[in-house]
Amino acid sequence: MNTMDKPKYFGKRHRLAKPELLAPAGNLEKLKFAIHYGADAVYIGGQKYGLRSNADNFSFEEMREGVEFANKYGAKVFVATNIYAHDEDIDGIEEYLRNLENAGISAIIVADPTIIEIALRCAPKLEVHLSTQQSTINWQAVKFWKEEGLPRVVLGRETSLEEIAEIKKHVDVEIEAFIHGAMCSSFSGRCVLSNHFTDRDSNRGGCCQSCRWKYDLFEDARPQTEWVSEEEAADNRVLEQFRLGVNQKPLYEENDNPFSMGSKDLCMLEAIPDLIEVGIDSFKIEGRMKSIHYVATVVNAYRQAIDSYMADPENYVLKPEWLEDINKAANRPLNTGFFYDTPDNEDHIYEPEDKAVPYDFAGLVLDYDEATGIATIQQRNNFKPGQEIEFFGPGNTFFKQTVGQIWDEEGNELDAARHPLQKIKMKVDQPVRYFDMMRKKNVKKVKMSAAV
Amino acid sequence: MSNKPELLVTVSSMEELRRLAEAGADAFLVGEERYGMRMPGEFTREDVAEAAAYVHAQGKRIYVAVNNLMTNDVLDELPAYIAALRDAGVDGVEFGDPSVLAVVREVAPEMALHWNAEMTSTNSSTANYWGRKGATRAVLARELNMDEITGMMDKMQVEAQVQVHGMTNIYHSKRQLVQSYMEHQGRPVSGDLGLQRGLFLIEAERRDEKFPIYEDSNGTHIMSSEDICILEDLHLLMEAGVQSFKIEGILKSTAYNEAVVRAYRQAIDAYAADPDRYEFDEEWLDEVRRLQDPERELGFGFFYKEQVY
Repeated sequence: MNTMDKPKYFGKRHRLAKPELLAPAGNLEKLKFAIHYGADAVYIGGQKYGLRSNADNFSFEEMREGVEFANKYGAKVFVATNIYAHDEDIDGIEEYLRNLENAGISAIIVADPTIIEIALRCAPKLEVHLSTQQSTINWQAVKFWKEEGLPRVVLGRETSLEEIAEIKKHVDVEIEAFIHGAMCSSFSGRCVLSNHFTDRDSNRGGCCQSCRWKYDLFEDARPQTEWVSEEEAADNRVLEQFRLGVNQKPLYEENDNPFSMGSKDLCMLEAIPDLIEVGIDSFKIEGRMKSIHYVATVVNAYRQAIDSYMADPENYVLKPEWLEDINKAANRPLNTGFFYDTPDNEDHIYEPEDKAVPYDFAGLVLDYDEATGIATIQQRNNFKPGQEIEFFGPGNTFFKQTVGQIWDEEGNELDAARHPLQKIKMKVDQPVRYFDMMRKKNVKKVKMSAAV
Repeated sequence: MSNKPELLVTVSSMEELRRLAEAGADAFLVGEERYGMRMPGEFTREDVAEAAAYVHAQGKRIYVAVNNLMTNDVLDELPAYIAALRDAGVDGVEFGDPSVLAVVREVAPEMALHWNAEMTSTNSSTANYWGRKGATRAVLARELNMDEITGMMDKMQVEAQVQVHGMTNIYHSKRQLVQSYMEHQGRPVSGDLGLQRGLFLIEAERRDEKFPIYEDSNGTHIMSSEDICILEDLHLLMEAGVQSFKIEGILKSTAYNEAVVRAYRQAIDAYAADPDRYEFDEEWLDEVRRLQDPERELGFGFFYKEQVY
């Protein structure tokens, strides 16, 4: 990923002095971590109208608690209400949006104009942001949505930096762009593979990720007049031939990887100066289904990069450890999407996917006793004495050590921390704080690779 | 009869347009790749003008697809394109991207606008929203079912168009996925990867379904493995008052599209003549079935499906 020879962009962020770092929060705990690790705002899903029907979405009560937590940090909470509604969905929207407004939500992210209109009419305190599901990729469309009363547009992921600069030049509105995480390889919203294969409506949260399934690519071996069904072509012989594969000319050979539409994940960490200079107002991280470890790690890296650049743009350098950290939480190869160029063969995943994350979240620091150097750690994954671990926290808090003796709360020595959420005491080499995280290398990954 | 629904078909060439006009189509949708999405063939501005003159002489209508997701560089050309369509006398343009609205208001304020956002045109309230922005018709998503469509009709303040026959797009990416895959395999492909190439995908668990795939300057398009055919239940849509029925002619021969147009023409005329005694006649479909690609099923699409999420 080389950003050296790229043109420089000088767009203006019109409303925000510093770009906002916007993080996903799949549940209340993830919200707290995202904010504690440096997100200026988080987006969540409620019980209805969002696109992650499988996530453990927020109740209004949890939203209120999340907003209260966010307020202490000066952070905001947005709610994704970005389905494309069917008539049956419309009745409850008004009440739902009023409840969001009452819960202290700052903004909703909307794709369907019907929900935009209801929000502007019934819940005026909610800002309405246009979702990436509208695939907005030109300045004239951005201007249209601004004139409809929207203060912010989330661009389609197909927009290049050059096009963003052009949009910023023409329209004075906040621009939000995805900068990290998994991507639809289609134009967002323009994919109903899920609907066809499994009757699950992708535009109402049912996406089953058929783009990451495996396909074989063929060329029709019949004369064209036959496959477009010219007269006399249609008889059962052709169907039989299809079943036998006679009509298929494979465009692959025996040991080739199958065809896939699956995209590598987006990572723009190395391009932070370009993103800031082009004037993007909000940097959005994808991943409401991702782990706490992932969210905290990714937010922490971008927080440091943004702050470091804003403090001194002239002397900014990317620290290699930010990228190393991101790679510890990533489960897919990374790329720069459409920001510099249209993705090509290097930007898709054809090999079998190794879903294991290189590092696991092993424990959460609850407390630290300065006098004894003993930390209380809540177990999140098995660990035991002798293992190499790392502690990290917001900012550049980071150190490695080996697990020494460990005890349970009653002071009984343990040979391993086996029980989820069990409180474990252990001696740490450096001071730690509540919310710091302990991670360890994922041994499962080695086994999986060996099995392949 | 003025209350008859319109029978619209997409066409790939002037020659096909003439034959389908002869077969009984009332309206035609044409366009070119730079501005319109997934057209069966290219109609330049000159072709559009010629086609408009031809169909108007027969009292028929022509619409032009301007429903691409536009990029900044296309915006500069749009006013001239819309002006050319206005001068050609077309009866309306289809749009999906709001940028087209602004240009039409400016250059051709009298032009009829049809909102066609394909899979995202899913409710009557949003159709009416675009109606308030100037649209006179909404092209409904193919993923809606019969109950949803018939239930919407009372609430629609704009006309509704429903695709009743042919294949549908199920995935659109701006990426060049076929080319990327072939390069990944170290076997760059020769020649064009467009509609005429006959490329298709087979999913690992569904060996008897072919999904056509092709590339053009708008990216990669994957199409359904079945063809919608709602003729048997067309009366339900006619009863509900759907104003326009669309036949998608993409990736089909003219002979096939002719047979389809004739079949729907018979059904629409029979219903209009006597709705109370209307009965579907199995024979209307004989020729369609005879010409149907045996590797593709004729089905009801999403008309009788219940989707979950």
